Amino acid sequence: MSTQRTYPIDVASIREDFPILDRHVGGDVTVAGESDGDTEPLVYLDNGATSQTPRQVVDAIVDYYYGYNSNVHRGIHQLSQEASVAYEEAHDRVAEFINAAGREEIVFTKNTTESMNLVAYAWGLEELGPGDSVVTTEMEHHAALVTWQQICKKTGAELRFIRIDEEGRLDMDHAAELIDDSTKMVSAVHVSNTLGTINPVSDLCDLAHEHDAYAFIDGAQAVPTRPVDVAAIDADFYAFSGHKMLGPTGIGVLYGKESILESMSPYLYGGEMIRTVTYEESTWEDLPWKFEAGTPVIEQGIALHAAIDYLDDIGMENVQRHEELLAEYAYDELTAHGDVEIYGPPGDDRGGLVAFNLEGVHAHDLSSILNDYAVAIRAGDHCTQPLHDKLGVAASARASFYIYNTTEEIDRLVEAVDAARQLFA
Amino acid sequence: MGLGSDMYRQQILDHYKSPRNYGEMEEPTFSHVGENPSCGDTIQVDVRLEDDEETIEYVSFTGDGCAISQASASMLSERLQGMTLSELHELDTDDITEMLGVTISPMRVKCAVLARQVAQDGAKLHNGDIDDLELTNLED
Ligand SMILES: Cc1ncc(COP(=O)(O)O)c(C=O)c1O
Repeated sequence: MSTQRTYPIDVASIREDFPILDRHVGGDVTVAGESDGDTEPLVYLDNGATSQTPRQVVDAIVDYYYGYNSNVHRGIHQLSQEASVAYEEAHDRVAEFINAAGREEIVFTKNTTESMNLVAYAWGLEELGPGDSVVTTEMEHHAALVTWQQICKKTGAELRFIRIDEEGRLDMDHAAELIDDSTKMVSAVHVSNTLGTINPVSDLCDLAHEHDAYAFIDGAQAVPTRPVDVAAIDADFYAFSGHKMLGPTGIGVLYGKESILESMSPYLYGGEMIRTVTYEESTWEDLPWKFEAGTPVIEQGIALHAAIDYLDDIGMENVQRHEELLAEYAYDELTAHGDVEIYGPPGDDRGGLVAFNLEGVHAHDLSSILNDYAVAIRAGDHCTQPLHDKLGVAASARASFYIYNTTEEIDRLVEAVDAARQLFA
Repeated sequence: MGLGSDMYRQQILDHYKSPRNYGEMEEPTFSHVGENPSCGDTIQVDVRLEDDEETIEYVSFTGDGCAISQASASMLSERLQGMTLSELHELDTDDITEMLGVTISPMRVKCAVLARQVAQDGAKLHNGDIDDLELTNLED
């Protein structure tokens, strides 16, 4: 069990920015928020599903609604101009954060899933056909897997899956075999939300480019947890969600290389994305607005800017080190009895999450017991059903860590797992 | 609730660890299967009726899955013996939670009632009240 630890980041002061971390749970779930029956201090270890939101981000939302709420790109009145500037600057801030060339390459969407679908529909439906292939991996989230599966069915393209090895890493020899001249798209997750594997995405992009294919990287678990440089990776598309990185729900990002986005047709039509319209014809706005039809996610974009500022203040290298520290600690503590199986690479080489099963206890029983101990984790297939089939389990429990988590909280998880072990002994 | 792990009282764990009436029946009057795919819970219920074609003589089950689904099947197999099919059809969710003797959290209700649903669907299939249901699936 942990002694006083020094973290790469100031966890104690970070925690003060997150009022929800003081919550108690255990009572009536039909009453939203803390109520009388809530007596146990919450341990929140479900950050891979969604992260919590600091005051600074909520303040940005409040400032917007109380100070300059207005539609963007429409009015010449002052509020609209203020909102437009802030909304456009949010694109610049995202571009800077992931080292994109500029706002032209940053499209705001609803979430990672929508970013994926945007490319699948706007590019895939147009460009794919019989004889083409899309190469993805066995560890994809349903966001990518189901989308390419369905687009391939519609277009007659073939979908291929790069194998994973015993440790849950991509078999890169297999990748090199599968990616060939028929390949038009390589779609891979950067950090697996189930295995915690950190994939060699820049090698995958190189393989794709050798065969004139594009590469789409799903960064939903990567951007929140480590420095990401889309230019260094050389991804053609890269997607992530605001709600997993201290931002609000309702905003995702699609990064695309400018020349590629330029060549693509719009995904949704309507207001905001057009330049000129006649009864017969329309022309499109410049990037990225061409892909942001209708009133966009204004508040969410501005709040995402604030979330990025918050993370940048901490420093993404430090965030990554904290994640690694917690992942390794959890890995070692959970496996100490030899009856917990954690899927994916070893503790010292993974992202900040552990998906596991306790021998003899179904994942849903385990998570119900953890819930009784006020430990919030995810149970199920984490939107990687085919991967769970491959692992030979219907479900697993997943604890996923973030900047405000401590080794003491992992101790609480381990104690709760111990309680389950004893109950079912 | 608190730290008691209320859903896992001794009775539930006992039925989970030593299920009653577990195994496939030699000559059931009818048998039926069901699952909750996302949980991986599966249950097969075998039923033998008495000559009146109405009274349940014996019930057995096989299955795999979480403690709630399996304990519920085990308890139900005991409870059903001697009941009539119309009594079986009257069993509702409250009867099952009462039988289990614990509060079932909303997300787990489908685990708790799977065996009952399989038994009811099996009986309906047997009587021709429904046809063509290969598998009971509470997530559909
Ligand atoms: C790897 C990965 N890809 C995609 C998603 C989908 O994200 P969202 O639900 O925000 O679209 C998630 C999270 O659920 C994820 O972990």
